[in-house]
Amino acid sequence: MEHVAQHSDPHYDQEASKMGMWLFIFTELLLFGGLFIVYAIYRFMNPEAFQMAGKELNITIGAINTIILLVSSMTIAMSTSSLQKKNKGLTVLLLEITIILAVIFLINKYFEWGVKFDHGIWPGSEHLLNDLGKGEILFFGLYFVMTGLHALHIVVGLVIIVVALNKIQKGTVNADRPSLLENAGLYWHLVDLIWIFLFPLFYLIH
Amino acid sequence: METEKHHIVPYRVYVYILIALVVMTFMSIGITKINLGAYSVLGAMIFATVKSVLVLTWFMHLKFDQPLLRFMVGFVVLLFFAVIFITFLDYYFR
Repeated sequence: MEHVAQHSDPHYDQEASKMGMWLFIFTELLLFGGLFIVYAIYRFMNPEAFQMAGKELNITIGAINTIILLVSSMTIAMSTSSLQKKNKGLTVLLLEITIILAVIFLINKYFEWGVKFDHGIWPGSEHLLNDLGKGEILFFGLYFVMTGLHALHIVVGLVIIVVALNKIQKGTVNADRPSLLENAGLYWHLVDLIWIFLFPLFYLIH
Repeated sequence: METEKHHIVPYRVYVYILIALVVMTFMSIGITKINLGAYSVLGAMIFATVKSVLVLTWFMHLKFDQPLLRFMVGFVVLLFFAVIFITFLDYYFR
């Protein structure tokens, strides 16, 4: 038996990994894009109803959540820089801040939806179907589906960031192998990007 | 090894971008408070577009990535606008 020294060097391609993530992001953009087109058409057909229904939404909560997401986007972007600078402690801290901000966003969303439920507004609720017009039904349907789908993305992003944080602490994600953190960051920015359009379209109709 | 030297973005750049994004958020709230009719929607959408360009270029690092990625993103955006355009043509001329 001849002994060949096995040099174990698993293939690692940062650029390919990034491109794969972008391809996935495109599918996400087109998924939400489709919903935005549905929104645009229905708003075009029911302009008054959309304006009336939009007044039901709380601009302050929407604005606070916008700022929270923007700040969390900054902290995760900073964490990719600090990982490259081999500053593990700061990377971990920045990711923890990102996670806390994401949780605060979800808590705000919980209360926001709670207020809607208290007003008898949820998909298929009696108040919505009996007392409000077709345009309002469409508006709130889209509101719950789009902000709900967005919140689902927040939850998924949260899980990915927690996994990345764990691997950074273990050292398997590091300055030489940063792809998981970078892709987690890209995903998080995508969530931010979608919210940038959701906020004016749902909250700022007057 | 052919690992390219990756551009490390300084922290303060991210802070500047965040400030710009927050300012534009308040400006878009402000513009919808003034009654400009259809223009307030347009204004809010322009702010949202500028904000998303900032997020794509700086937060998502497209500025420092290979040009192919920027091209791909541009292509998807164009595709999206083409679909919007065709859909609205359909609804206008029914």
